Amino acid sequence: MKKTLFDKVWDSHVVDSVENGPQILYIDKHLIHEVTSPQAFAELEQRNIPVFRPDQIVATADHNVPTLNQHLPIKDALSRNQLEQLTKNCEKHGVTLYGLGHKYQGIVHVMAPELGVTQPGMTMVCGDSHTSTHGAFGTIAFGIGTSQVAQVFASQCLLMAKPKKMRINVNGKLKKGVLPKDVILYIIAKLGTNSGTGYFAEYAGDVFENMSMEGRMTVCNMSIEMGARGGMIAPDETTFAYVKGREFAPRGEAFDKKVAYWKTLKTDEGAVFDKEYTFDAEDIAPMVTYGTNPGMGIKINGHIPELDDISFEKSLEYMGFQKGEALLGKPINYVFIGSCTNSRIEDFRIAANYIKGKQKAANVNALIVPGSQQVAKQIEDEGLKRVFEEAGFVLRQPGCSACLAMNDDKIPAGEYCVSTSNRNFEGRQGQGARTILASPLIAAATAVKGVIAAPYEEEMTALAE
Amino acid sequence: MEKFITHTSKAIPLPIENIDTDQIIPARFLKATNKAGFGKNLFRDWRYKKDDSVNESFALNDPRFSGTILIAGNNFGCGSSREHAAWALADYGLKVIVSSYFADIFKGNALNNGLLPVQVSPEYLKELLSAVQSDPDTEIVVNLEEQYIAVKGSDKKESFEIDPYKKLCLINGYDDIDFLISKKDKIEEFELRS
Repeated sequence: MKKTLFDKVWDSHVVDSVENGPQILYIDKHLIHEVTSPQAFAELEQRNIPVFRPDQIVATADHNVPTLNQHLPIKDALSRNQLEQLTKNCEKHGVTLYGLGHKYQGIVHVMAPELGVTQPGMTMVCGDSHTSTHGAFGTIAFGIGTSQVAQVFASQCLLMAKPKKMRINVNGKLKKGVLPKDVILYIIAKLGTNSGTGYFAEYAGDVFENMSMEGRMTVCNMSIEMGARGGMIAPDETTFAYVKGREFAPRGEAFDKKVAYWKTLKTDEGAVFDKEYTFDAEDIAPMVTYGTNPGMGIKINGHIPELDDISFEKSLEYMGFQKGEALLGKPINYVFIGSCTNSRIEDFRIAANYIKGKQKAANVNALIVPGSQQVAKQIEDEGLKRVFEEAGFVLRQPGCSACLAMNDDKIPAGEYCVSTSNRNFEGRQGQGARTILASPLIAAATAVKGVIAAPYEEEMTALAE
Repeated sequence: MEKFITHTSKAIPLPIENIDTDQIIPARFLKATNKAGFGKNLFRDWRYKKDDSVNESFALNDPRFSGTILIAGNNFGCGSSREHAAWALADYGLKVIVSSYFADIFKGNALNNGLLPVQVSPEYLKELLSAVQSDPDTEIVVNLEEQYIAVKGSDKKESFEIDPYKKLCLINGYDDIDFLISKKDKIEEFELRS
């Protein structure tokens, strides 16, 4: 039978099938963090069950960490307790933790790939919906709830019915200034926020083939925003080159053997998908969102649609926007470049390349939060830190930060924030905050101009709406 | 886990689409390290105004509506995987969520906490909403064993799907950990051969 990339990885991880029910799926790597693991550890302790395979778990602190003065004790008692709990649990159960102050600490979906923990053909889970990020390596990776975190602790397995399969093809050449973030925002705007529910997606076509690993991670990261548990891209030479030489990647002969296997993971010619969509790269423009879910996106020079629908109107009311309104040129006081979607070195290179020699607008608070300690180091080593600081941007320490505003990095109520993160939900970046999702390039241009702005104006005016 | 067989209650209508788990329980309440007490912050920023006063216009605060069944718009529970959302709904006292669509992770989390997600057609969802909105004393019957939902007193029953394994778990109060641990031998065998 012809198999898809997803079939190949899934089928090779099935331990057993329950009659008329789910399958037992073996999990190669389990990533954990401070927010969704404590109740799972407690569950095991209550039942007096040991962690089955502690060596296959990697822990870090990211969701609830401050991005200032990470060397000092955390002021907020609840946050401090949550991090202490993670440290205690990891020590007690023999789990490797890259906590605050460790050179490998970072957002779980940034640090695991850069350490080579993430490898093609694996199954990976984490109590975080953006675990879909790791699908960029041709890995089945998806977010789970805390009950499932406990199940994986107890058995290194999950009970799951095999999801359906969809393929999204994008072919052609992307226009200047169109980034991976725009590609995925465009796809979600076209397909809607629940188009992927019940499915695992595969992204195929030359647009993804020509993308860097960082770009692929941005795309796969947002699969969950269209409801898909995960999204995958077939591993290729770009993938192998990225993995090679990383801390936990296989070496020498072992690596070559792995590559030979990874090469077999491509979807077979003629394999069947439950649904398939095809888009033309030429149609994609830089995107911004105007509403309170990631599917509410338009081209940067577009106008907000005019729909008569209660949920739609509630959303516009929250955002303070009118039907038919244009977003280009709207004053913005906050810009955030960070999150598991766009906080890798490539994102900061793109932003710095635009910002270099310019100044942020006086009205803008521009926050730059690297995805990991390693990215932070690269920012410094490559001289980007100077570029950001000379332009008046604030550079912080790694963590999830203003993407979900669990720490002090909050956007004030009523304020707009052009953000490179993944969710524009009500209150996501702070109570009453209004999020506009965009690429690092749009975010950088907005910070410099003080209004929602496109980086290459000539190209933008030529865009058909 | 508490067993679930049938449930009859009045219902609370919340006809908003794409209710994400950040609305169900905002991130600032995720700092707890246990599962208890999330119900008081369920829908926090919709239930309360910025000055912490009660938002009278929100369905959960509307004195006309009560009960342990929530009827919500399409694509309920999208977004973050936080199981705190299911804990908050259950802790508030809800037993059943009815929608025309549920996000995958939320659905699994709900089932793992004895909270039943009942998926109905968009047409039936409208019928249920208008029945409850026009008469808040309307009772809804949810029968898991026979897999149907109905307005009490009406002959019309709408059937719903549920994974047979999950149904068995809910009816008997089993959970997945016990089941997986019973499969340890097979799991170890798998590890040896792969």
